[in-house]
Amino acid sequence: MELALSPEDAAFRDEVRAFIKDNYPAEMRVPNPETDLSKEQMLLWHRILHKKGWIAPLWPKEYGGPGWSITRRFVFEQETTRAGTMPPLAFSVTMVGPVIYTFGNEAQKKKFLPRILSGEDWWCQGYSEPGSGSDLATVRTKAVRDGDHYIVNGHKTWTTLAQHADWIFCLVRTDPAAKPQSGISFLLIDIKSPGVTVRPIITIDGSHEVNDVFLENVRVPVENLIGEENKGWTYAKFLLGNERTSMAGIGRSTRYIAKLKAIVKAEIPQDNPAHLEFIREIARVELDVLALEATELRVVAQMARGIDPGPAASLFKIRGTEIFQDITELTHRAIGNYGLAIRQHPGSANHFVPGPEYGHTASEKYLNSRKLSIYGGSNEIQRNIIAKAVLGL
Amino acid sequence: MDIQFTEEQELLRSSVQRLLRDRYDFDARRKIVASEEGWSRQQWQEFAELGLLAAPFSESVGGLGGGELSTMIIMHEFGRHLVVEPFVETIVLTGGLIERLGSEAQKQVLIPGIVDGTSIWALATTEKRSRFDLADVTTAARREGQDYVLSGEKAAVIGAPWADRLIVSARTSGHRHDRSGVSLFVVDRHAANLHLQSFRTIDGRRAAEISLNNVRGELLGGEGEGVAALEACRDRAIGALCAEMVGAIGELNDATLDYSKTRKQFGVTIGAFQVLQHRMVDMFIAHQEALSLMQHLNLSLGAGEAGISRLASGAKSKIGYAGKFVADQAVQIHGGMGMTDELNVGHYFKRISAINIQFGDPAYHVLRYAQLGAAA
Repeated sequence: MELALSPEDAAFRDEVRAFIKDNYPAEMRVPNPETDLSKEQMLLWHRILHKKGWIAPLWPKEYGGPGWSITRRFVFEQETTRAGTMPPLAFSVTMVGPVIYTFGNEAQKKKFLPRILSGEDWWCQGYSEPGSGSDLATVRTKAVRDGDHYIVNGHKTWTTLAQHADWIFCLVRTDPAAKPQSGISFLLIDIKSPGVTVRPIITIDGSHEVNDVFLENVRVPVENLIGEENKGWTYAKFLLGNERTSMAGIGRSTRYIAKLKAIVKAEIPQDNPAHLEFIREIARVELDVLALEATELRVVAQMARGIDPGPAASLFKIRGTEIFQDITELTHRAIGNYGLAIRQHPGSANHFVPGPEYGHTASEKYLNSRKLSIYGGSNEIQRNIIAKAVLGL
Repeated sequence: MDIQFTEEQELLRSSVQRLLRDRYDFDARRKIVASEEGWSRQQWQEFAELGLLAAPFSESVGGLGGGELSTMIIMHEFGRHLVVEPFVETIVLTGGLIERLGSEAQKQVLIPGIVDGTSIWALATTEKRSRFDLADVTTAARREGQDYVLSGEKAAVIGAPWADRLIVSARTSGHRHDRSGVSLFVVDRHAANLHLQSFRTIDGRRAAEISLNNVRGELLGGEGEGVAALEACRDRAIGALCAEMVGAIGELNDATLDYSKTRKQFGVTIGAFQVLQHRMVDMFIAHQEALSLMQHLNLSLGAGEAGISRLASGAKSKIGYAGKFVADQAVQIHGGMGMTDELNVGHYFKRISAINIQFGDPAYHVLRYAQLGAAA
């Protein structure tokens, strides 16, 4: 399904397509890009996009964005995800960047924005804490003013790719007396500061994506506060709003369905009754994707006319993640007995992995994608949002 | 239809419970899985000393005559503790085949080593694209004097790296997929010309790809009787795996319920949210039904009832779907914690996922259940 494009936008789409084809680094085409690439490898594509001026589609032109319309932004996202390119680090480009240019001061913009665009600084997100998951407003990490510094103490968790990070943006409590939402500030912390410890959390697929980050008497210059003290919740909500539509993951799901079809074709002969069952299951999930894609295109068309989807956009997170979980599960089932095997991390050549290569990442993907309905606001929370803010319940 | 367990059975259950509580907590299990070999021979010896390895065998071959119900009791507890040692592989599958198909001489030679814990076995039936079809066999066995010589490849054989001997299915006549013409052979795992490529499984076990290049095999049972024997053997294994699954489901439900009563968000325990209450009620119901079906299946196996294979498939499917539902929700309700390697929840998830592959996934077995019903 395609958005109706003007001749100019269609030419833009062709340009993006050709650019990816000619420039996407072959080195980044590994079995599982999310876990197999080094930091340097992950940044290869980032740097190519930066050089081209395409690294930050969302950003206004004055800060280094390409100045695209909503339609072009969508076309760009569609083409890059369909082609299976690794998206630039969201915590840097999609999350903290917009917060800095929207709420930061001139000095902060000048210091941080160019380094985000170039890939020089790697950012991670210090939101969740052991006691504050879905209920983020209860963060307990404390920042106490001491002259020109804040002294920060606390424990952040599920911090994605903190092992590579130069900076962490944190929600910290600066007014313990205020109501939960009103005592929070948004602080930028150099992760190399004394008192910061990053400890890996290994997940059930054996990979190391997330971390605990311990902050112990970390001295943070006051100039690293974004906006006003105790207004951090506003900025945090702004940031989460930027994630909305990309959560549908249409491009990714479409690619994984194509892969699933190839596996079923190779693994299950047509005279095996399981073949018909897989054909039917694949068709069902294709229809799920079609319906979500149609919804996405409808919303993008509305946004191009200036209508914001608002909290209804939670449906993209809910359905996008459920669909991808279904696809990874079907893929895991399609490889039959080899679903028992799993690659050992880090994906080292020393470990034998049985069965055809197309099945080598099926188990880890199946296990890893269980996180999708949990992170970024669990699907239960997303349903609460729609119930409350859309349906008025 | 609740089983009234005999005093002996209750004793068996409580002794397994005690042993596992003392020796097989989650940390102990983690150490075993991370060890070089990936299983504990010492633990296996303790199972032997407790009589677990003898429990299901008939007294005539040196067993305790406990049959399928003793297997069910043991495997249910093993499921609660995620025991990785190859009880199903050595006792239920291969041990069961030897007891039922073996000559008197074979039983006398082979079963004592199984019962006393010195001999570990694995069953090599699956091939690269055979999926769950026991008749899909291309590995060939050729008669050579008194012996047979096997050549071919077996895929994803659970426990093979641990095993001293294997039972291998191989074709003595017919073409791929022919039900007749498949025979079973006892093979020395360390035989020359038998090559193993080992790998780790998602549930912390070891398995291997096996290639056989003119490997000597000793016929077990009659020529061409392999598929029927394997199907009956699979029915019993399903009884054991269902018990293990139900044990795992019970643990996940307990852990999830506990967590929902202590984890607070928005000023209340998350168990106060109705959407989670209803989900945990569905998990409870899934456990109750799975437990009942598990007992029903194992009682019927013990009684040797007709149509048992259809019931086995039905149970494998129904309990498999129940396990998948509970495992998914246990991880979801535990949130990020459920995704960690550190917590046991994810390990139950993975064991349940593995059981749902072994001998056929729930979709395969619901279809088999339907087809056997239509044929009846």
